Amino acid sequence: MATVTTPIKAEARDLNFFYSNGARALKGITMPLYENKITALIGPSGCGKSTFLRCFNRMHDLYPGNQYQGQIVMHPDNTNVLDQGVDPIEVRMRISMVFQKPNPFPKSIYENVAYGLRVRGENNKRIMDDKVEEALKGAALWNEVKDRLHDLAFNLSGGQQQRLCIARALATDPEIMVFDEPTSALDPIATANIEELMVELRSKLTILVVTHNMQQAARVSDYTAYMYLGELIEYDDTDKIFTNPSRKETEDYITGKFG
Amino acid sequence: MATQLMQAPVQLTISPRLAKNIRRNVKERVIELILMLAALVAVATTFAIVGILLYESLSFFKTVSVIDFFTDTQWTPLFEDAHYGIMPLVSGTLTTSAIALAVAVPIGTITAIFLSEFASHKTRETIKPILELLVGVPTVVFGYFALFFVTPMLQKIYPDLPSFNMLGAGIVMGVMIIPYIASLSEDAMRAVPMSMREGSYAMGATRFQTALKVVTPAAVSGIVAAYILAISRAVGETMVVAIAAGQQPNLTFNPVDSAATITAYIVQVAMGDLPHGSVGYQSIFAAGLVLMIMTLSFNVIGHWVRKKYRESY
Repeated sequence: MATVTTPIKAEARDLNFFYSNGARALKGITMPLYENKITALIGPSGCGKSTFLRCFNRMHDLYPGNQYQGQIVMHPDNTNVLDQGVDPIEVRMRISMVFQKPNPFPKSIYENVAYGLRVRGENNKRIMDDKVEEALKGAALWNEVKDRLHDLAFNLSGGQQQRLCIARALATDPEIMVFDEPTSALDPIATANIEELMVELRSKLTILVVTHNMQQAARVSDYTAYMYLGELIEYDDTDKIFTNPSRKETEDYITGKFG
Repeated sequence: MATQLMQAPVQLTISPRLAKNIRRNVKERVIELILMLAALVAVATTFAIVGILLYESLSFFKTVSVIDFFTDTQWTPLFEDAHYGIMPLVSGTLTTSAIALAVAVPIGTITAIFLSEFASHKTRETIKPILELLVGVPTVVFGYFALFFVTPMLQKIYPDLPSFNMLGAGIVMGVMIIPYIASLSEDAMRAVPMSMREGSYAMGATRFQTALKVVTPAAVSGIVAAYILAISRAVGETMVVAIAAGQQPNLTFNPVDSAATITAYIVQVAMGDLPHGSVGYQSIFAAGLVLMIMTLSFNVIGHWVRKKYRESY
């Protein structure tokens, strides 16, 4: 790889994942996430990109019978977030997630952003106000909502709701943020806003994004991983993947011959 | 331009295929009419009931003034010195309903939260049918259950409790309406999309925090609807209170007293042998009207609350 000196924020080591029906959705994935970089996961539907992404914040724990095998190690403390002894709630505080469809809570804009702090027992109004403002500014939403912080979040447009969800995820100062197709439910303008936002956020945290939109991967990401049938086929600089992939399968997918 | 367009008169014809299909239209109309008639049965019945209640009440209020009806503190239509103050019956109805709700709302809501958010699939599929079985128990059985089981148990704790009392009746009525609250609230909570729960978990919330701070508020309109239905059931419930709460109209809100509810009074008179057209006979229509206004206003409040808190996901 071109930038071997970039520090690694987290890495998957020989990661396998089994759904409760026994299906093996991930097959021995080993890949690093570089600090303050955007890594994109591309691949056809059902290739395991979302499954892989959801391993990072242990979302699979919510459904009984799912099983991880292998490690996802977070640096600098070398914690394996998949370890049975690690509290998934702590993991989710360090690795936050933005979903495919905006999913604000049935609360005010303010309370949506404050949610992560509230569940951590924070009740100081002044700290909360500051954090909410900071997060909304970080998600480029502050100017649009500062006069109606106590309106119901559902009254926002789809793009605003998605930025609200990003603000919500930002409010708890995560180290990594994972995005599961964050713009697939949005129009082109809202999509551009979110992409711009991701690039801005890169200076603060490490980003992993699943996308079906290859132009999006090419536009925003520093590194791109191509997955197929639960396997990591190729992982490299985004420029390299999109101009000169070393694997035939990757090239076929990117040029639209397949998938 | 205009003249040019006018020039070529074309004979417009309708091809047989595009012609109106009269047979089909008639058939559609007939079906529509049948469907509407079916819907009208319920509507017409409601209007008929309201009409009769109003008509009979009107002749009742010719003898008894409306002011006396609402301010007199005694309800003794069967006595020589007849008083027609509805308040003792209203107090009995409200007290028993309040006790029932105090039992059913917390237990029903907690049951719903447990079933929807905590129970495994298997547990839920076992408990819910059993809970719904409670709905099938005849209310008269609940009445005897209150009189011969719950009241004696309460008397062990509080020996001065009369055999007929509102407390026992209210508690049993509460148990009776738990399934309504639990089952409907659970349906409302399960209808909350999984993505909203995932959003909460992804923020580092626990199961309990998610249930309380995200799922319950999201389902609040359905939960309120369940409460309203439960209130209407409690206010209109007849057998349990007629059997276990006593038949003496008594202006009291004390749960350990015995008292009659509106429904209990109506049963008492309807089963008795008061001559048609007498004031006593007409009084049950006035009582029924009050009962209907009570349930109607609860429904209106519920409708309003539902609208105010309606969530769209």
